[in-house]
Amino acid sequence: MDAKTLQKHLLELIRRTSTQLPQDVVRTVEKGLRKEKKGSTGQYALQVIKDNVIMAKDKSQPLCQDTGTIICYADLPKWMDEIKFRKAYEKAVVQATRLGYLRQNSVDSITGENSGTNLGPGSPSFHFHPARGKSLTVKMILKGGGCENVSTQYSLPDTRLGAGRDLEGVRKCLLDAVVQAQGKGCGPGILGVCIGGDRGSGYIAAKETLFRPMDDVNEDKRLARLEKQVLKEANGLGIGPMGFGGETSLLGLKITHRNRVPASFFVSVAYMCWAHRRNGIMLTESGKLSRWLYDS
Amino acid sequence: MLLEAPFTEEKIRALKVGDQVEITGLIYTGRDAVHKYLHDGGKPPVDLQDSIIYHCGPVVVKEKGKHVVKAAGPTTSIREEPYQGPLMEQFGIRAVIGKGGMGPKTLEYCQKVGAVYLHAIGGAAQVLAERVIAVEGVHMAEKFGSPEAIWEFRVERFPAVVTMDSHGGSLHAKVLADSTDKLNKIL
Repeated sequence: MDAKTLQKHLLELIRRTSTQLPQDVVRTVEKGLRKEKKGSTGQYALQVIKDNVIMAKDKSQPLCQDTGTIICYADLPKWMDEIKFRKAYEKAVVQATRLGYLRQNSVDSITGENSGTNLGPGSPSFHFHPARGKSLTVKMILKGGGCENVSTQYSLPDTRLGAGRDLEGVRKCLLDAVVQAQGKGCGPGILGVCIGGDRGSGYIAAKETLFRPMDDVNEDKRLARLEKQVLKEANGLGIGPMGFGGETSLLGLKITHRNRVPASFFVSVAYMCWAHRRNGIMLTESGKLSRWLYDS
Repeated sequence: MLLEAPFTEEKIRALKVGDQVEITGLIYTGRDAVHKYLHDGGKPPVDLQDSIIYHCGPVVVKEKGKHVVKAAGPTTSIREEPYQGPLMEQFGIRAVIGKGGMGPKTLEYCQKVGAVYLHAIGGAAQVLAERVIAVEGVHMAEKFGSPEAIWEFRVERFPAVVTMDSHGGSLHAKVLADSTDKLNKIL
């Protein structure tokens, strides 16, 4: 595949991720909408969200103006190297910014200057892995600042919550995270959670777990039970869409785990807003797009 | 209900928590950099008396020499909590539009000066951009960058919910208290 073809596919990936909400997420929004009381502000909020999803797709414009941190995950087969990929992706990002699919969103942390191109140290954020097969798989998330700001990490035991180093302690952290995030994280949101790891690897794994389909069931039975329980309890807290009060406070919850050192027990929570913008593509060596990873 | 310019104290005082309003008139965007700048003694490039400030960093592109708004939802307001109340008082700001609500300091100033907090739907960048019918100016874009600039938006029937009023009412304080109560019961 030549660089131009790769760039063209990557631009389309960025466009679609920014402007089309994956169908599995749309279905959870619609389910929430059916649950809210008629005429309530919670119902009103979800209806506006639903209208917005349709309008963004029709107009091919960003679902949310905060097009977020651009996080790219690429599984590189032997025929694609990291430098070549990075270059093509960066070019696609600059182009997407110029076309308004991405906001000028990369700011120098020392001077406060906006690069205007979305490029800069650590921007976009890349995660490379070697691919097992012959395809190049590219996944991405656009994660806005509002929800990133309410992402959080607990170190257990936690005295305030009375949370110990077990799944019951994790449950308390997750419910607390939902209460703390209310209103600010553009709820109803989705939690990506990692139990264990170090502070860095925990957050990385928590974000990656957001790629799971919304309606799947965790393969680990213990975590599947915890996901189901916390989702139900969180939706009983009455926080509601946008924190207006109501029945839908959380759209989904995905938990993974990593080993830890004996001294540490972190619970890392990546809070994602309702505008859960993630998608992915698989490309062949000859430059063909073989499939999209999510319907949108 | 309609909330039309001019945004006088009388109109603002009449609003109550839970009211769904549609705003028509000129509003100004302003977020982190602008609030800090004004708080540090900077002069506003526009007259803010009886104005509405929108906490928003829009996506704006130039098409055929004209600014076009591609996305314009609200940003999280609580970051402006240290500045908002005093700025409302100093410049006569009548309302802020944002998301997530604000704290007790802003609520106190809302009562004192006659101002409200209007909650727009977070992330609904297209529904809200559609209600921006014209961009009438932009200020401080070179200094702060496009998302942090002051954009003059002419809006028509821009939808929001009153979640903090000038009578001490705050939906945010209520939902926080209720949900914390419920959380404590199941922890």
